[in-house]
Amino acid sequence: MITLPEVLSLAALLFCISVAGIFLNRKNVLILLMCVELMLLSVNMNFIAFSHFLGDIHGQVFVFFILTVAAAESAIGLAILVVLFRKKNTINIDDLGSMKG
Amino acid sequence: MIEQIVFYLFAGMLVFSASMVVVMRNPIHAALFLILSFFASSAIWLLLQAEFLAITLVLVYVGAVMVLFLFVVMMLNINKVTVEEGFARHLPLGISVAVSMVVAMGLVVGSDYFLSERYTAVQQLDPNYSNAKELGIAIYTEYLYQFEIAGAILLVAIIAAITLGMSKLKITKAINPNQQVYVKKEDRLRIIKMQAEPKNKNEESDA
Repeated sequence: MITLPEVLSLAALLFCISVAGIFLNRKNVLILLMCVELMLLSVNMNFIAFSHFLGDIHGQVFVFFILTVAAAESAIGLAILVVLFRKKNTINIDDLGSMKG
Repeated sequence: MIEQIVFYLFAGMLVFSASMVVVMRNPIHAALFLILSFFASSAIWLLLQAEFLAITLVLVYVGAVMVLFLFVVMMLNINKVTVEEGFARHLPLGISVAVSMVVAMGLVVGSDYFLSERYTAVQQLDPNYSNAKELGIAIYTEYLYQFEIAGAILLVAIIAAITLGMSKLKITKAINPNQQVYVKKEDRLRIIKMQAEPKNKNEESDA
């Protein structure tokens, strides 16, 4: 049978991979958005693991709401990205410093 | 035992595909590996007896969000853009951050605390147990207001995405009320003078 630390380590590993991805991909906003999705996935996995091992359904309700917010977030983020690309013709992060003081 | 083998299979697939998302240069490949990682984690959620959320993950994420990602990747014509140089430069920083986080989290997660009796799952659930039903009962009673707020968030997201997408396109046929109020009769109606028609056309042609 699966134990709780195994699932938690998997989620932690996933989170660390996505944090490393944010550090590594400083050129492409799209891959940054994908890394954020991976982070949310790992957090959801923690919630589901605790919900399973404590026998409590409320963790899954929380995952449900996180999924909702993540879907809304990625939809708006991609829309902003499309507008940005139409205006600046790039999604390179280094070129998007127009708000820099 | 078989459960553990399946878990490690899908965990390996998940870690592999997640690292491929990070490493891949082509955003389309990254999106496809992200889809694979969603599938693997949905299988793990099935093992953890969260059936409804596993199906929701596949339907909502793979079916909607990732298709949106792929649409955007293909719309932006990324091949011209994706000239990546900074990868090797940021590699030491990224690796060090990741390793230190793995160590820190491993110290917490790997301790014996989470192995205690409190965290042992119920092994045999009732055959008539329905995960979706339990989740529905919880959502529609205790979390009703939060559920409605989630619906409002989705509505706001729809409106925001449509507004952002249509901002400069000028394809809408909406009427400007200001111009509509100030329109005058002369703008729309033209009275012209013309010769009166003969009374009987047949007589004229005979003559």
